[in-house]
Amino acid sequence: MQPFHTLTSHLILLPYQDVDTDQIIPARYLKVTDKAGLAEGLFASWRYQADGSPNPDFPFNSPEARIAQFLLTGDNFGCGSSREHAPWALQSWGIRAVISTSFADIFRNNALKNGLLPVQVSAQNLARLFHLVESHPGAQVTIDLPSQSVTIPGGTRIPFPIDPFNKTCLVEGLDQLGYLLRFEAEITAYEHSRRSFAGVAESS
Amino acid sequence: MEQAHTLFDKIWDRHIVVQQPDSPGLLYIDLHLVHEVTSPQAFEGLRRRGLRVRRPDLTVATMDHSTPTGQLELPLVDQLAERQIRQLETNCREFGIRLYDMQSPERGIVHVIGPELGLTQPGMTIVCGDSHTSTHGAFGALAFGIGTSEVEHVLATQCLLQNRPKTFQVNFQGRLRDGVTSKDMILALIAQIGIAGGTGHVIEYSGDAVRLLDMEARMTLCNMTIEAGARAGMVAPDDTTYEYLAGRPSAPQGAAWEVALRYWRSLPTDPGARFDRTLDLDVSGLEPMITYGTNPGMGIPITQPVPRPESMTEPSHKAALEKALRYMELQPGRPLLEHPIEVVFIGSCTNARISDLRQAAGVLRGRQVAPGTRLLVVPGSEAVRRQAEAEGLDRIFREAGGDWRYAGCSMCIAMNGDQLQPGEYAISTSNRNFEGRQGAGGRTFLASPLTAAASAIFGRITDPRTLL
Repeated sequence: MQPFHTLTSHLILLPYQDVDTDQIIPARYLKVTDKAGLAEGLFASWRYQADGSPNPDFPFNSPEARIAQFLLTGDNFGCGSSREHAPWALQSWGIRAVISTSFADIFRNNALKNGLLPVQVSAQNLARLFHLVESHPGAQVTIDLPSQSVTIPGGTRIPFPIDPFNKTCLVEGLDQLGYLLRFEAEITAYEHSRRSFAGVAESS
Repeated sequence: MEQAHTLFDKIWDRHIVVQQPDSPGLLYIDLHLVHEVTSPQAFEGLRRRGLRVRRPDLTVATMDHSTPTGQLELPLVDQLAERQIRQLETNCREFGIRLYDMQSPERGIVHVIGPELGLTQPGMTIVCGDSHTSTHGAFGALAFGIGTSEVEHVLATQCLLQNRPKTFQVNFQGRLRDGVTSKDMILALIAQIGIAGGTGHVIEYSGDAVRLLDMEARMTLCNMTIEAGARAGMVAPDDTTYEYLAGRPSAPQGAAWEVALRYWRSLPTDPGARFDRTLDLDVSGLEPMITYGTNPGMGIPITQPVPRPESMTEPSHKAALEKALRYMELQPGRPLLEHPIEVVFIGSCTNARISDLRQAAGVLRGRQVAPGTRLLVVPGSEAVRRQAEAEGLDRIFREAGGDWRYAGCSMCIAMNGDQLQPGEYAISTSNRNFEGRQGAGGRTFLASPLTAAASAIFGRITDPRTLL
């Protein structure tokens, strides 16, 4: 997993709340057996018009979007299905962090497993960031994971929370399966303590 | 006196293998369900690391999302879908996993066959790379959807790294009136608390109204819990649960059944146990529910008008409603009743079990689907299909002018060719009305099988109570 320390970038503003994973990557793009090329399907139904041409009004078709590594969006981002293709597609586009007031549980888990940073800010701070991008589309901010802050032009720092375990994994680029595999002995002992796995989770 | 625990607490605590400070716990998984869409990259990950599947005996696979409903034979016209299905066959062979393939009489939607086969049992931890895994909570199991990285974690270690969620009790009181179902209960709950109302929580459904539901209705309730943003939904097991399970192929038998029953009976939430949140809802006045917007929280009683954006106090909610109504091309303040529909879909892990099909057939018996309206009935599993055919339900659907198919997810996710055309309106018994969910440009009204069947007859949104 690519580590995340400090990154300065433009933002793509997607000013909607409740953006669901069917919009992030429609189901017709899920027939792949690998993770390659998913950027093609990213927001496909919004990025393209009915005739297949790019929708000029959609934020991902703006000049900044090509180089932006942060997505700024409304409440409850990533609701809906469990498809990990959603963070894969965002990363495949080049997005490294998503800033919102809240994330759906499964999306947040999936993002963290892949080194895509969910940055949760207050409604007031989100509004401030929306205003920043609306008035200065070329504005850049700095996300500093070790200090858990977003620094906006002018130097104001917006704090964000993250649990210590996921923070360590992201900063060090730690792979969580590698961590889990260290507990082989404990897992085996737990299995031996169980009388049965046929629906009886009773400790003996 | 011992401390009082919730159903969730009891299952969680028994399944924690390791809990270190400042770290998520290692949660042991009793049953891992696998399907073709969210697993290939996980198996590839195992191969890359040279890992095996730790407990193939606790892992079960089926194919449902991208499978056709018009044929059971390979090859498929869709070469990508074909490759995904073949990849699952290869992965299951290589790693020794039981697979219900296209030719299997037990194949079906993963959340329909788990309970049907008796794999889903009280007290278990169950996961699948699919958000509607919450369905299995109807049995008093802790069941939730995971992503593909986590699928790989469970394949390799039979464990997941999990932070303990919060608990939320939803207490449904009262008696449902005729024509109102558990689909309407869950749509009403989501309309009330919103699609992020359950985020970070596991919901336990309790109360008289839940006790009166049969297992299939409880599955519908738990299935759509994810649409309220919650991790999982649960119903404490009771005699209804045990009666459903007894004699199913993978359920314990003989002495093992007695041992299991003793454990299961210890699971219900103790009196006085505390939840992080509670909500009481009276269902006695509940009407059939229907969605008007582009997420499952945008629902109203079927007799009510579409909400007006100006009635919203929060500017972001107003904007969301305006965006949804633009996509749906609906007028605020107007009723949804009588709104024309082109397609009726009866299917999905939410409402394609035998009781759902019986309800829909009960409405359609001796009646015709309106000209210009397409009815698609897709059973949740091949076992449901055979049962429905044995009861003559397929004949009722066909004679009404409907299309009767093989089992699969079908038009709920529109990956297999069953889909809406741009601009079409559908009434659907599935779980998501997101933009384009049932086909690019398609527009979905979510409702119960009764409401869907009644609407098929008129080609317009219809209150099923007018036909009962």
